[in-house]
Amino acid sequence: MASIIKVNNLSKHFKGIHAVNDLSFTVEEGDVYGFLGQNGAGKSTSIRMLLTLIKPTAGSISIFGKELSSHRNEILKQVGAVIEKPDLYKYLSAYDNLAIFAKMSGMKPNRTVLMEQLKMVGLDERADSKVKTFSQGMKQRLGIAVALVHNPRLIILDEPTNGLDPQGIADMRNLILHLSREMGKTIVVSSHLLTEIELVANRMIIIHKGKKIVEGNVAELLDPSKSLVQIETTNDVDARQKLLQTRWADLLHDNEHHLQLKMNKEDVPVLIAEMVSLQIPVLSVHPMHSLEDYFLSLTTQAGHVESIAN
Amino acid sequence: MWNLLQIELFKIFRKPRTYLAFAIIAAFIFLIQVGLLVNGKDWMKFMMGSLDETMNIDYNKLVNGYAVCFFVLNLLLVHVPILVALVAGDVVSGEASMGTLRLLAAKPVSRTQIILAKYFATAVYVFAMLLWIAVISLVISIAVFGQNDLVVAKTNGLQLIEANDVLWRYFCAFGFAFIAMMVVAAISLLLSVLSENSIGPIVATVGIIIVCTLVSEMEIPIYQKYIKPYLFTTYMLGWKGFFYIGSTEDGETIKGSIQYLPGILKSIAALLVYIVALVGTSVYIFRKKDILS
Repeated sequence: MASIIKVNNLSKHFKGIHAVNDLSFTVEEGDVYGFLGQNGAGKSTSIRMLLTLIKPTAGSISIFGKELSSHRNEILKQVGAVIEKPDLYKYLSAYDNLAIFAKMSGMKPNRTVLMEQLKMVGLDERADSKVKTFSQGMKQRLGIAVALVHNPRLIILDEPTNGLDPQGIADMRNLILHLSREMGKTIVVSSHLLTEIELVANRMIIIHKGKKIVEGNVAELLDPSKSLVQIETTNDVDARQKLLQTRWADLLHDNEHHLQLKMNKEDVPVLIAEMVSLQIPVLSVHPMHSLEDYFLSLTTQAGHVESIAN
Repeated sequence: MWNLLQIELFKIFRKPRTYLAFAIIAAFIFLIQVGLLVNGKDWMKFMMGSLDETMNIDYNKLVNGYAVCFFVLNLLLVHVPILVALVAGDVVSGEASMGTLRLLAAKPVSRTQIILAKYFATAVYVFAMLLWIAVISLVISIAVFGQNDLVVAKTNGLQLIEANDVLWRYFCAFGFAFIAMMVVAAISLLLSVLSENSIGPIVATVGIIIVCTLVSEMEIPIYQKYIKPYLFTTYMLGWKGFFYIGSTEDGETIKGSIQYLPGILKSIAALLVYIVALVGTSVYIFRKKDILS
């Protein structure tokens, strides 16, 4: 499968702040690629560099096999984006907004095509209404129509569910899946709502403080055989010392705050039995197998991430 | 580029704010025309001063469309920069504050083209505004007050320009005013590129014009010698030069002549240099700018 986006050692520094630091990742054709991170992790800065809104301090970006810096216009003709809020010209109608951005993408706006696009996002009946009369959800849908109007190969959605109600979030999820499965689009979607990404992405990257924490296949990262199990005891330091003398030592993570082991789920009862026999009082066991737990585990233990990623 | 220009024009002329300037201009000129229709002769008598006692003056002829237009331009062109800034100051910063700048800059058009399209669209707006002023202040005034010779006040007295020697001077004056207003538009554009909100560039442009005009007008030698030659406001009122007619050594006016043509050409050159420098700087900054809004 061909690489659609290839980012190498990308960095962006703002007056001493390392917003993005030595970031590398690859998006393959047909991927729904989740870009995950907490607020301020560097997701938007990275996405803006993909769209040439921000110039990188260092590193390179190639899209569709071409260097972005030297083939900007050629590449952006095949890219559609919703960047954070779907801000559009409030004093213009939905149709006029769509026509403007279609023209800017190199299209000759045709009323039939534009109306079809508006119909796809459920705004055909409000085509001539001014955007200032739209709800947040309607603006978001119009933003999607603007991103898709020129039939791009690559769609970049930066926090597309921000400000949406539960129904809007569900609609957005269905739209992403439709674009990927029915239309074969490659999609990069960023969010801090991890459960949303878990439901749509096949591959993902997690970044924290501008650095890559982990990148990979969502299914593999969530593979139960590679589950992270967190055990709460009355004295974690003592428990760790005792476990280091056992066959479980290799599975222990070097985490000073929590007692965590990367292990098969089926082995958990055996471990607990052995801990009891070692007179380690176990208070609770947390299998951290959802993406959210995984994400929280990684991002709240910055010093520990390398070992988990490996 | 033509595509982009069309889009920018569409955006400018769909904004209600754009038409505010046209409405203000129309209201202002209408007030002057009504005032002069009622008290035009008194105004002309005031202009003539003591000449009224030594000469037989036909005020019905002197209060004509050309004179009304000249009066309007004297009062109005000083304030038009505010109306230019109202639109030009908003072209980039307005998009930044609205959030559309990031969508615009992520499209397959170069940033240089975006800025130039915005500046050229502003030029069309300025041209339309001056055309509007010309139509209302000149065409309507001629229709209402008629055509006749134009009396122009100079520092050393009054000067009469024959009716058939006036119209081309207005064309030149409006052309000059267009260049002068494009300097204002270029200042606004630069400030707009540097700002993330619309009000800042508009207020800052007006502030710069006020300060520069005051410094230009101050009769302080150090300012006159070292600062005034570099201020754009020094050259902005050069349009009046088209109404200063040349004369022979005997004092006879020369029809179709301009008294200080080299001075006017120097003003035009200075204003063009300002435009190139300001627009060039705007393009340079915008190309380098990280769009974070």
